[in-house]
Amino acid sequence: MMPSDSAVQFDSSGRLRHFLTINGLPRETLTGILDTAESFMSFGQREIRKVPLLRGRTVVNLFFEASTRTRTTFEIAAKRLSADVINLNAARMSTSKGETILDTVRTLEAMHTDMFVVRDSASGAAHLIASHLPSHVRVINAGDGRHAHPTQAMLDMFTIRREKGGFDGLCVAIVGDVLHSRVARSQIHALSTLGVAEVRVIGPRTLIPTEIESMGVKVFADMAEGLSGADVVMMLRLQRERMEGQLVPSEQEYFSRYGLTEEKLRHAASDAIVMHPGPINRGLEIASSVADGERSVILSQVTNGIAVRMSIMATLMGGADGGEETG
Amino acid sequence: MKTLIRGGHVVDPANGLDGLADIAIENDRIVFTGAAPDDFQPDQEIDATGRLVLPGLVDLCVRLREPGEEQKATIASETEAAAAGGITRVVCPPDTSPLIDTPAMANMIRQRADACGFARVHPLGALTAGLAGERLTDMAMLAGAGCVGVSNGLRAVDNTLVMRRAMQYASTYDIPVFLTPQDPWLMGNGVIHEGEISTRLGLPAIPEAAETVGVARDLALIETSGARAHMANLSCGRSVAMVSEGRQHGLPVSASVAIHHLLLSERDIGAFDTRYKVIPPLRTERDRDALIAGVRDGVIGVICSDHQPHGADAKLAPFSEAAAGISGIETLLPLTLSLVDRGALPRLAAIAALTINPARIIGVDAGHLSPGAIADLCIVNPSHRWQFTPEKMHSRGRNSPFLGVELGARVERTLRAGQTVFELSG
Repeated sequence: MMPSDSAVQFDSSGRLRHFLTINGLPRETLTGILDTAESFMSFGQREIRKVPLLRGRTVVNLFFEASTRTRTTFEIAAKRLSADVINLNAARMSTSKGETILDTVRTLEAMHTDMFVVRDSASGAAHLIASHLPSHVRVINAGDGRHAHPTQAMLDMFTIRREKGGFDGLCVAIVGDVLHSRVARSQIHALSTLGVAEVRVIGPRTLIPTEIESMGVKVFADMAEGLSGADVVMMLRLQRERMEGQLVPSEQEYFSRYGLTEEKLRHAASDAIVMHPGPINRGLEIASSVADGERSVILSQVTNGIAVRMSIMATLMGGADGGEETG
Repeated sequence: MKTLIRGGHVVDPANGLDGLADIAIENDRIVFTGAAPDDFQPDQEIDATGRLVLPGLVDLCVRLREPGEEQKATIASETEAAAAGGITRVVCPPDTSPLIDTPAMANMIRQRADACGFARVHPLGALTAGLAGERLTDMAMLAGAGCVGVSNGLRAVDNTLVMRRAMQYASTYDIPVFLTPQDPWLMGNGVIHEGEISTRLGLPAIPEAAETVGVARDLALIETSGARAHMANLSCGRSVAMVSEGRQHGLPVSASVAIHHLLLSERDIGAFDTRYKVIPPLRTERDRDALIAGVRDGVIGVICSDHQPHGADAKLAPFSEAAAGISGIETLLPLTLSLVDRGALPRLAAIAALTINPARIIGVDAGHLSPGAIADLCIVNPSHRWQFTPEKMHSRGRNSPFLGVELGARVERTLRAGQTVFELSG
């Protein structure tokens, strides 16, 4: 039995109180989040876009690592639920000097925060925070190092379900820098839990972590083989700074082998969709003609992200203790 | 002053003794081990019925944190903790602050420890100046000041020529070279064994090759330099096989393993549990089993604590930023005996790995109970079940993954040179 990084997410009666990783969440929890998100989808078009589910609650977006788009979608999601939202982009000192990550969080908690949305460059940061806060405070992981980005994976699942109608029998290919990708790890857990037929990862050996097969995926080095018959193609962002190391020899060679072009996409199923968590490196991991093409659902992912994050916040606060109003 | 320890089960691997015997002590020396002669009139008798009587343990890797990090621990606190763990001699690596790279510093540390009066401290001198891996230290003078070996601590000497010359120079004076084999490039910023768990947790990983490349390089250098070398704290099963082969070819190399590497694996890290963060990292269950077999076969002659006390905050950080190391000095003996109890290690081999074998590596006359030896020994209740809790620790560092665990043996008394330096109260 694989030890799980999931246990801290549940309270003593088994209710979900933090959203830190997809690993270990039951399928019903995931489909419940997707169903609730579906009910929030119409809100964007309404004249009054708010529901009072989190009225009087304080949500702190605590981003120790720079991010604009993810933080913005969390902010919009929280505001549509009528929460009070504070955004903090904090540069974090390493723990040896200055205030520690836990000092920062405890200070904010002392100001009666109900929910933290946390992003940090260190794997496990959200787990650390969640396990050192009082039990009524909720934590959502908005990305921790290379470990997990579970809300991104959920919005990807939501997008797949809308486009494909479900998960049964799907073949999904994840392409690129899996080694450094928290998105890929969360996608793999979500896809396995939701029961797709096959998950593949495609990339050079320098970007595929060892023993990734233990997570139930098949590894391919060749795009034609790996994309063959795929229903969903999920591209990953390749950080340009990785190019400076010894992981990939050059942008040209990477694009020639793994950049998603219309030609390579022909190996996938004829109705395959193309996804990307953004921001896109055009001409590095994906050709503009594909990113902007008819198979691309990249902008839908962004739109869906708001409803899915509303759903996750509402799910966690629905299980919250305490009174209706907090200070 | 004459003391008789009566009725104990004496385990003295150096003399092949594993049975009931009395031990008589006169002043600071053992005068006999066996049945008491009629004319021995003790001033003091210690009833050791139902107890194990062992030579005082010799721990080859103990960080005392003094000088330099007294906020974490001191020579006084950690040598007292050692005595509470049945340990009467500890070897401390040179990576204190300032470093142990001068005879004055080596003398200062030994004298501080002697003044405290608990376990003796045998320092290792720095292998290279400033541990920078560039210039040799005054090794002969360091040895003259009581350094029992030279070491570069956890800092790799990545210049192979410097390492070869350091080994050649040390071998001139027969000074043991303590190595922690690791390739610094493959180590990188890794914090966990490279494998299934590092992949799942998304943590920067240390591949097995980081250690085996270091072992292979150092074995080749040992062969050409003739240095007497000790490979400390091995973590990989492959390393055991490589050291075994070197020893079969007659290389003067010994090896040790930290007790936690015989009991834990990468899987214990669970959800980023920083208590299990150690360097070298916990590896697979297969590695753990191969290390145990290495001790059983005698390839790994020494089990040490790799004691690293930390303050309370050191582990309260994301895994990659948390301090590495376990405060292990008080659990070394009970945990080793737990391996004996479950049949993983024969008792004589296990006790030898804590006593006579490390004593021989550092070239001190200790770790045995022969007549004439300094009376360093400990008395252990092998069936005392007790829960290991922070309140029961003597070390300043409470960073142990074994807190809360029920241990099956407990040190009741430790004697140093015939004097009781620890006695369990209550």
